[in-house]
This record gives sequence, structure tokens and C-alpha cells, in this order.
Amino acid sequence: MPNLPNILPDKQTSICYHCGEDCKDEILHYDDKDFCCTGCQLVYEVLSENNLCNYYDIADNPGISQKAVSGRENRFDYLDDEDVINKLIDFQNGGETHITFTIPFIHCASCIWLLENLHKLNPGVISGRVDFIKKKVQVKFLQHKISLKELVQLLSRIGYEPLINLADTEKKQVKGTDKKLISKLAVAGFCFGNMMLFSLPEYFSEAELLGEGFKKTFNYLNVFLALPVFFYSATDYYRSAWLSIQNKAVNMDVPIAIGIVTLFTYSLYDIFILGNEGYMDTLGGLLFFLLIGKYYQQKTYDTLSFDRDYKSYFPIAVTRVVKDEEEVIPLMKLHVGDIIRVRDSELIPADCILLEGEAYIDYSFVTGEEVPVSRKKGELIYAGGRQKGKALTLAVQKSPSQGYLTDLWNNESFDKEKAQGLESLANRISGKFTFIVLFIALASLIFWVWTGQASMGVLAFTSVLIITCPCALAMSTPFTLGNTLRVFGQGKLYLKNAHVIEKLAKIDTVIFDKTGTLTAPSQATVDYVGESLSNESKSLVKAMVNQSNHALSNRINAWLEGVRAVSLQEDVEEITGKGLKTRYKSQEIKLGSAEFVGADQRNLPDGGNIVFFAVDETVLGYFFIQSGLRQGVDQVISSIHQEKEVYLLSGDQDHERHNLQKVFGRGVQMVFNQSPKDKLSFVKRLNHEGRQTLMVGDGLNDAGALRESKVGIAITDRVTNFSPASDAIMDAGMINKLSDFLDFTKTSRNIIKASFGLSFTYNIVGVYFAVQGLVSPLFCAILMPISSISVVVFTTLTINYLAYKRGLKPKIW
Amino acid sequence: MEVIFILIAISLILAGTFLFLFFRAMKGGQFEDSHTPAIRILFDNEQKTKEKKVPSTKSK
Repeated sequence: MPNLPNILPDKQTSICYHCGEDCKDEILHYDDKDFCCTGCQLVYEVLSENNLCNYYDIADNPGISQKAVSGRENRFDYLDDEDVINKLIDFQNGGETHITFTIPFIHCASCIWLLENLHKLNPGVISGRVDFIKKKVQVKFLQHKISLKELVQLLSRIGYEPLINLADTEKKQVKGTDKKLISKLAVAGFCFGNMMLFSLPEYFSEAELLGEGFKKTFNYLNVFLALPVFFYSATDYYRSAWLSIQNKAVNMDVPIAIGIVTLFTYSLYDIFILGNEGYMDTLGGLLFFLLIGKYYQQKTYDTLSFDRDYKSYFPIAVTRVVKDEEEVIPLMKLHVGDIIRVRDSELIPADCILLEGEAYIDYSFVTGEEVPVSRKKGELIYAGGRQKGKALTLAVQKSPSQGYLTDLWNNESFDKEKAQGLESLANRISGKFTFIVLFIALASLIFWVWTGQASMGVLAFTSVLIITCPCALAMSTPFTLGNTLRVFGQGKLYLKNAHVIEKLAKIDTVIFDKTGTLTAPSQATVDYVGESLSNESKSLVKAMVNQSNHALSNRINAWLEGVRAVSLQEDVEEITGKGLKTRYKSQEIKLGSAEFVGADQRNLPDGGNIVFFAVDETVLGYFFIQSGLRQGVDQVISSIHQEKEVYLLSGDQDHERHNLQKVFGRGVQMVFNQSPKDKLSFVKRLNHEGRQTLMVGDGLNDAGALRESKVGIAITDRVTNFSPASDAIMDAGMINKLSDFLDFTKTSRNIIKASFGLSFTYNIVGVYFAVQGLVSPLFCAILMPISSISVVVFTTLTINYLAYKRGLKPKIW
Repeated sequence: MEVIFILIAISLILAGTFLFLFFRAMKGGQFEDSHTPAIRILFDNEQKTKEKKVPSTKSK
């Protein structure tokens, strides 16, 4: 190819060496490399000075564009505050400090490499260690050489600014229950394996060859190995059984605890008094299988957070203005009456009055509606919005925790843990089960005593308790629920825990939030009203909206898909809160609000956003943009509505009532003008009527209702993004499967019932032999694993097969 | 046949050691992050040659 070397890369197509984005506005040359902005170049300079250019070899263009990063130097000043420091760090010892940062930008191998080589950038850093999945880095540093603030500034300088929010300064998470379960499982597995080995000779006649001495030794070894199982691995069951008896109820753990205690004490008696072999291996196996079931049920989605409240995304610091001087203070120290300054894309931390500046607030976190709203001087601005545009000066009216939105969290329903409420199926059955078993055991004891064989009676009594120990029964629930949890996870519905499945199965009332949940910006409908657009106008509009990141521009842009943009001679000027302006063929072209173009504001449709199109002060027409329903929402609602009551709550005016009524049908009740608190009390009222409520919402304004409902599902476009506290997180694209998911929870209940039937069969067989006093350790050692394993195989196969058949899963495995 | 007592003792000690090692690994956090080490191992070599040039800053 002879011609190629002559073709130099076009200026337009040059890629930034740091972040890999097209260099659109300018190209900076440095060290024979191209950069899209000074930010990217600065990062490169820092890295090359320190011989860290390996960063660019591990992955191509690994950096993050530095264009959007605001460069205010004093924004980390709050990190000098002792209180803040103490709350953020993990550990401090002498000069050495450990801290864990969350850095959302971590996305490739280069990121790991750079963050783990921080010590080359600053000698004060001892080491950095990245957890890629959780997007966290733990940094150990010497406090006298580099302060926390300098460390954060260093990270920020190389393009990895940590995310520090209010929740970080609250209590540190305590995690460890999971680890304990694994330890218990490991101990049980270890003891079980060894006990099996020592018990094996018992089951073969060849064992006689070993002689009495060996037999005794093996039995004592079994007792020795059973001690950790009995006193450590099984402790959860005793505690749970005891708690449930104290509450005058019988849950699944009661019969299990009875079984474990009987097995252990009778085996001790059998080994030490009678000189027999006992059932210690059965005990070990029982605990091992039970704990596996428990572990299986405890699937956690580490990268998801189910209990985020407003604190997780409120900033940790605000800029306060005192006597015309700006200072950065921690949010906790913000008081009513303070004057604060909020800059572009910063969050309003408290309910405030606007003193100065043009407010243009994006409330997408709160309501799910991403078109910003404008506010005038003197108006109240609620916390939770993000300012777009120039800096604002605000007077704080309420403390951050007492605002319109955040006040929700002071509601009582946030204080109490969500009541487990419904009794699980297994627990209800096990109550009856326990009494029946005790009755049979006592009956056989009395029968044998009656016939004059007291020792036989004791044997039959204990045998019944041992053999009916609901091993298989106890495993059917965790494995069915655990499997369902996994199937749902594959279908992008992530449940907080397995209890949610049983609660979902009982739901009879479903409440939807409208904006952001049923409607989505990506599904927006755009109508053009006015003089029809020529192809040239279309291309012109396309060229203009191409230059803007505003939500409405994006929607018009999507509507004009396939239209070629004209090349504009002049820049498009974006006037925040108003619209876009440019010149084309010496005409002034405007796209924007009525005020901006000078349009007549009468006779305009309601229920959407309007963008006017004007050429030289003549309004040609307007784009009417409504957020559209997500795909499949109408079918889902009508199919849910066949069996359940459906409500729709919205914070908006009710101008869309007719449209929505048409789509969803008459039966769906709609309530409009709902504040976050109204939503909460609406759900509360339904709960009081004895309904089993499911709330489906997305924004922070639904947080109260999500919390109050029996089950709250948060809908989110990107699962790792912010979503309010809930019982489940669902990928927005899967909302059309919601009714299938709800139906499947019932299926899994039926599967639990079927596997109960299976294990009852085993129990009946077992009891038949037990009452006759025919149960031997060998019999136990065979029946117990067979029943457990067959139940596990049964539930796993049916769940996966049915999920596959109903399209909730792409493959069977 | 008495040798079996010694064998049993050895087997228990051995199995117990593994159990202990498992606990230690778990406490040390080896099972917490299973993804990053897989990436980290790929650039270990490069890093070591570099570290010879730049004096190590690791100090206690």
C-alpha cells in the first residue's frame, strides 16, 4: 500500500493519548502525543515525570477524560477537619494510616497498576491495594509525610478522584456474619469427613478383625470430633430455636435443634454406657448439609447496595460564604441561616432560598425526571437537585436532615427494621410437624412401656426424634429459595435476601411510581407541531442539538436519527435554562423555551416539555416532548392487574390521566400530586387494610414508600448506579418481565411444597422403622444423605427447568 | 496393626493443619476479592524490573 504513509491522520480524528476520546475542540501536543484537554495532559505529565508511563502500555488509552473535572483547589479543604478525618480512616497507628476510598473510575488493568504504584508518586504512601469488583482502593500512608487532603489531591491529579460522601462518615459497616457461617461450615465439613472415615469400619464385618480396642478408639474419636460440631457449628440453630420458643412460636429450627440435641446425647449414652457406635457421623453430616443449604440461601450481591439513603450521595462538604470569603466545611457543620455557594453540577445539600444566580436544577436523582427545572431569585429550592450552569448563592432554610425530601428518613418507618411479618411457609409447617413428631415419639414410648419393654421404648422414642429430624425438610426451603434468587439474578432482578421471595409470592397489591419507573427518558416521544420542517431545517436542528448535552436536546437528537447534520460556520451557544442559539446563512436560529424565542404561550399542550424553533425571531413551530412508557409496561400492568390490584402514584399534575387510563385500562387507580410523604402514607394506609403491598419506584422521592411497603423494588437503568433503599433492585429493561417474576415466586412456593412432600415420604418410611425400634446407625447413615441429596437435586432441577421454560433464563444452566 | 493409631494421629494433625490454614486464609481476606489478583499477576514482572531502578519506598 504505497499511498498510505502520505495520509496523515486528520485533525478531526485524532484520539487523546490519555482518555481515548476524540479531540473535538482542541488538540494539545506534548511529548509527541495528542491530548484532548489540559487535564489529560497534566495527568500524563505527572505520570511521565515519575516514570509511570507503563500505565499507557497495559491498556490502550486507559484514562478518564479530565474535561468535566472542576479544578477548584480548595474543594478538599474539609479533609483537614479532624472529625472528618477520624470518621473516614479505617485504622491509625503511630504515623501509619489506612484508608479505603471508593473510586468509581476504576475500570481497567491500568487503573489497578497505577493505584498500586502510588508509592512511586509520593514517598509518603506505603502501598495501595485495589479491589476491582468493589471499585475500592485501600491506601496505607505515613501521616507525617502526606496528609489525607494531599493524598486525595494526588489521586485527583492523576484522574482518580475518590468519591467521598456523607454515608462514609457515618458508622462503618460491620460485616462478618458471612465469614462466621463459612467457618462453621468448614468445621462441620472437616469433622464430618473424618467421622465418616472412623465410622466406616463399623459398617463392614471386616471391622471385627480390628478388634474391640480399635472400635472403642474410633468411637471416642468420633465423640471428640463431634464436640466442635455440636458446640460450634450448630450454635445458630440453638439460638434461633430458643428465640422462636420465647416468642411462643415454632420455627423450622426448633425440630432441628431437638434433633441435634437428641442425636448428640443419645449417641453419648450409646457410646459410653452401652458401648455401641452411636450416631455421631450422622450428626456431622446433618450439620454439614444444613449449613450448605444456609450458605446457599445467603447469596449476596456485593457490588449492589440495598440500603442507600440520601446520605450516600449527598456531598460531605459544602462551600460556605462568610464575609465574602469562601470556606469549605463539612456538611454536618452546616446550620440554618448559613450562606452557601453551589457550583455547576454540585448538589443542593439542604432546602435553601435562592439569593443570587440563575438556578437550573436537575432533580433526576429525586424524581427520575431528567429535564432540569429553573427557579427564580427568592424561590425555595429543595435539597437533592443538581445545579446546571453558573454558581448559585443560597441561604440555608433547614438543616440537611430536615428538608422536604430528607425529612422522610425521620419517619418512624425508617427506624424499625422491616418486619419479617409474614411467617414463612417452612415455619408454619414445622410448627405442626414438631408437634406430630413429639406425639408419635411419645406414643411409641408409651406403647413399648405398656408392653413391658421400657428400654425398647426409650430406643423407639429417640429413634423417632433422630430419624424425623427434618434434615430434608430444612434443606428444601433454602435450596429452592437460593436457586430462585440466582435465577432472578440472572434475569437482572436482584433480591436483597431469600425472604423477599416468599413475601413476593403473597403480594396482592402493586403500586407503581410513574416518572422514571414506568416512563423513561430513553422512550421519549417527540412531536413536532407547526410549519412542516424542510430537510434543511431538520439538518440544522440536528446540528444544533448535536452540540448540547441537555436532556431535551438528546431527545430531539434521537428523534432526528438518520438525519445528516449540516456543518455550522459558527459555534452553537448554549444559554443555560433557555436554549440554543447560532447563526446559519446569516439568519439567527434559536431553539428553546417560549421566553427565549419570544413565542406565544397560550394554547400550548400540557404534560410535556416544549422546545420552540425560531428563525430570525419568527417562530416556526415547536417540539412537544413527552416521556414515553418503557417497553412492555402496558402488557405487564394488564397482566398483573388480572390477579392483583394496581395503583399508580405520581408526583406530577394529573394532565396525563386520560392518556394513561387509556393505556392501562379502567381498573388501574391513579393518584396524582403525591409528595414523597404522601406516597409513604398511601402505602401505609393500604398496609393497614391488610394488603400485601409491592412498591415499584425509582427515585429518592419513592424511598419512603419503598421502605413502608412489604416489598419495595427499585428500578434503575444501571444497576450499580444510585438507587434508593429497597428489598430488590431491578434492571429497568426487565420491567416487562415483572409479572413473570411475580408468578415465578408462586411457582417456587409450590416447589417448596412438593419437596416437603418428598421429605415427608422419607420421614414416614423412617418413622415406620423407628417406632419398631429398628433404626440402626447404618440405617441413619444411609437414609439421611439420600433424603437430603434427593431433595436438593429435585429443587435445583425443577427451578432451573421451569425458569428456562418461562423465559426467565437464557440457558438451563 | 497398632501402627494405625499413629496413622490416625498423623491424619488428624494433617487435616487439622489444613483447616487452620483455611481459616487463616479466610481471615487474611484471600476469598474476598477473587478478581483483582488475576489481573495483578499479569504485570508483576514489569513492576519488579522497575523497582530496581527506583529505590523501594516500603518502610515500616
